[in-house]
Amino acid sequence: MNAVVGRAGQEGPLLKVEGLAISDGAVPITTPLNIVVERGETIAIVGESGSGKSLTARAIAGILPPGINATGAVTLDGVPLMRLAESELRKIRGSRMSMLMQDPFTMLNPLMRSGDHIDEMLRDRPEFASRFARADEVKRRLAEVGIVDEDVARRMPFQLSGGMCQRVALAAALARDPELLIADEPSTALDVTTQAEIIKLLRRVQRERHMSLILITHNLRLAFSICQRVYVLYAGSMLEVGDAAAVERQPFHPYTLGLLLSEPPVDIRVPRLVAIRGSVPRAADVLDSCGFADRCDWAKQICRTGKPPLTALDASRFTACIRQDEIQGELDALRTAALSAAPMTPRRGETAGALVRVHGLVKTFVGERGRPICAIKDVSLHIMPGESVGLVGESGSGKTTLGRCLVGLETPTAGDIHVNGIAAADFDAMAKADRVRVRRTIQMIFQDPFSTLNPRHSVGQALGEALGASAGATSPATAERIASLLAKVGLSAAYATRRPASLSGGERQRVAIARALAVKPAILVCDEPVSALDLSVQAQVLNLFRHLQVEHELSYLFITHDLAVVRQITERIYVLYLGEIVEEGPTERVIGNPQHPYTRRLVASIPRSAIQRAP
Amino acid sequence: MHGATPSTGSTAISGRSGDGPSLVIFVTRRVAITIPLLLLISFGVFALVHIAPGDPVRSLLGARASDPATLAAIRARYHLEDPFLVQYGYWLWQVIRGDLGVSIQGNRAVTSIIADRLGVTIFLSLMSTTLVLGLGILLGAVAAFRRGTRLDRAIVMFGVFGISSPAFVTGIFLLYLFGVLLHWFPIFGPGRGFLDRAWHLTLPAFALAISVMAIVVKITRAAMIEELDRDYVTFARARGLSSRRILFAYVLRNSLIPVVTAAGLVVVGIVAGAIYVEVTFSLPGLGALTVDAIQKRDIPTIQGTTLLFSAFVLLVNLAVDVIYTVIDPRIRFGRVES
Repeated sequence: MNAVVGRAGQEGPLLKVEGLAISDGAVPITTPLNIVVERGETIAIVGESGSGKSLTARAIAGILPPGINATGAVTLDGVPLMRLAESELRKIRGSRMSMLMQDPFTMLNPLMRSGDHIDEMLRDRPEFASRFARADEVKRRLAEVGIVDEDVARRMPFQLSGGMCQRVALAAALARDPELLIADEPSTALDVTTQAEIIKLLRRVQRERHMSLILITHNLRLAFSICQRVYVLYAGSMLEVGDAAAVERQPFHPYTLGLLLSEPPVDIRVPRLVAIRGSVPRAADVLDSCGFADRCDWAKQICRTGKPPLTALDASRFTACIRQDEIQGELDALRTAALSAAPMTPRRGETAGALVRVHGLVKTFVGERGRPICAIKDVSLHIMPGESVGLVGESGSGKTTLGRCLVGLETPTAGDIHVNGIAAADFDAMAKADRVRVRRTIQMIFQDPFSTLNPRHSVGQALGEALGASAGATSPATAERIASLLAKVGLSAAYATRRPASLSGGERQRVAIARALAVKPAILVCDEPVSALDLSVQAQVLNLFRHLQVEHELSYLFITHDLAVVRQITERIYVLYLGEIVEEGPTERVIGNPQHPYTRRLVASIPRSAIQRAP
Repeated sequence: MHGATPSTGSTAISGRSGDGPSLVIFVTRRVAITIPLLLLISFGVFALVHIAPGDPVRSLLGARASDPATLAAIRARYHLEDPFLVQYGYWLWQVIRGDLGVSIQGNRAVTSIIADRLGVTIFLSLMSTTLVLGLGILLGAVAAFRRGTRLDRAIVMFGVFGISSPAFVTGIFLLYLFGVLLHWFPIFGPGRGFLDRAWHLTLPAFALAISVMAIVVKITRAAMIEELDRDYVTFARARGLSSRRILFAYVLRNSLIPVVTAAGLVVVGIVAGAIYVEVTFSLPGLGALTVDAIQKRDIPTIQGTTLLFSAFVLLVNLAVDVIYTVIDPRIRFGRVES
């Protein structure tokens, strides 16, 4: 790369952020933050939604949305960015500092050919004055990000897959050879295997160009696996900063540890996920106390008497926990305890008396110009009473369609479904009594907790309605029954009067689970039930699922792309790829020793750090 | 369509080499839909003669002397002895050959009367459309960029004011202010030659434009505000593209899609409004002709102008659909999200 020339030998860090405070009018979004990025270094800013990490990235690039302002100093290679006029900043953006955003499908101009996004970046350079020179360069740039198919440059963004769009966007962001790239959740919106490819690509490009990289992510494990230093941001404050390896070995802040433990491990099944209670507060609500105090098991009065500053423990480690020295022993002990394995005793391979039996299921949809699209091709599976089964696959695998067929939201094109011995492939063809029985046996939990509850109904109304549909319901649901239903999912009776809009994502998903439980089902079909939730909340909900299974002897069909989730919650899994089951077996065996190439690819795509966990 | 469609990648690309052919197919299909609509309208127009109160012969005769020879001539010419549908068939065949019948005033062919008057109306409509789109998009863009300021509110208020007062009221107001009081513009007549005509038609064109401009202003403003917030605009800024490039290639082009839809409505609105404005400013255009024909119960002329206006509305809609697909390739591939 020609860009490397002339970069070595300069003094000082490439980017220095000092006292960067972002606010929405008078409402603070972050407290003053300090970030340093050395030349050629990769750092991560890790945080959950609402931590202010994306706005921090945009503040550095000077492209905050209207109404949001920032104070402080951002210095790029000695140039004070925040004092520059917009016209000066524009010359720096793209050529010295560039940015990549989260959603590959919205990042490219829908009316512009993908190659033109790179082309437009080159037009100002005299050596690319001719169109042919630019076309050649576009081809070269696309090759750098792994696109060798020359036709891609001529296609419209909507004709490309998410991974392709992200590659084109990366090539466009790098077209003027910046020294610093800010990547805001560059892989989150992609499929698991594509995620791994994009991250690998980012690392390769970063190394080849000797470029500095700021990775904004919610995934601590990903941050540890590719970054040299990690900044942990929570509710607008930096809670911990340090070398990635050191932070991973021994986190100093209870939040970092909580986040680390909330992420379900994929290698082992733990007895219970360590969940952080509650949910992320708004930065403005925790101005005068430690932002994490309300969710911390070690919080004392001192944590609430003022905002604890980020203090240095040694040259490379900082923590904002003022009780760190007192509680470090306990943190370490918790970590060791939490990672003890609790292997599941596999049940005998019986298939007689299965609760759900699917045989030779086929579902085709009518696509463009009447072309049939085969979503599921000949799938057979069974679920025993009380068994938790995982259905793993990426988008396009047909996993959601399969789940919808099971609960009668879609009618399969061919094949049988038996639920509790009742043929339930075609809900329209069933006797009314059978239909009612099947619907009471099998219930569904959807991915998006925000759209599954009627915003105009209070939680009590939603649950009351569901209780009215349960077997033998004669009188309207009483407040006691609603309260006991709420108690099952760990919510107090007071939630009955609240409306969905006032609940957090985790609370809504709990309400959705309670509603499904109202009819006392034997099996829940859960379609990505935790993937829309914040990491710390995800662990709570996963624990709830495990608890409910034991308590009510429930069966689950867990539909997900996340191997770590199925590892924690299922006994047996089916791997679905392009509408076909390519591998099945006990969860431990399939993840530990995958046979099919696709399963191997899935397992290999999970970001792992250098440090191996103790078995 | 649930679990199946997201697996884009390979499936969506199949039609890529066919940009041209798929556009041709699309336009052909649209034209094919337009033809039955045109027939339906022509049928309605033809039925006017029979819907009009009284004897069709009387309607067609108008003020001419009703001697038996003339009556018989009219009966023969319009095939009034034949069944209704057969009459329609004859009439349609004539229309297709460009014969719209004879006006009851002065015994002139309707087509030649329309041809005389068409120029003024086309000039007025084009001038007004240019004003609406040019000024409307400009004002909308300014309002979007200055969102929340007094200027923004003033522009929106001006638009609402314009759309709430009918074109002939605005016309009389403009006429009085700029014609009678200030003497900047002539108060009647179409003018001769291009510049003189433009000068004569400025006030009527403005009167027409103001009455529909609010639609364009509001839609441009809303679309632009939405576009400015898009990820790809942020991404373009993050890559350091010039503000001109972002404005034209990103914000403006993308927000024009809804504006084009509205432009169809606007053009139709302008032509409809031309009827009042031509009368207000005493312009010898098609609108004035229509009003005159209605007052004199000149059925053949009414048929002619109505047919022309309706065909025009259909053609404008067809044009909008085609322009739409040229701007937004997603429609050609049948993948519209918004």
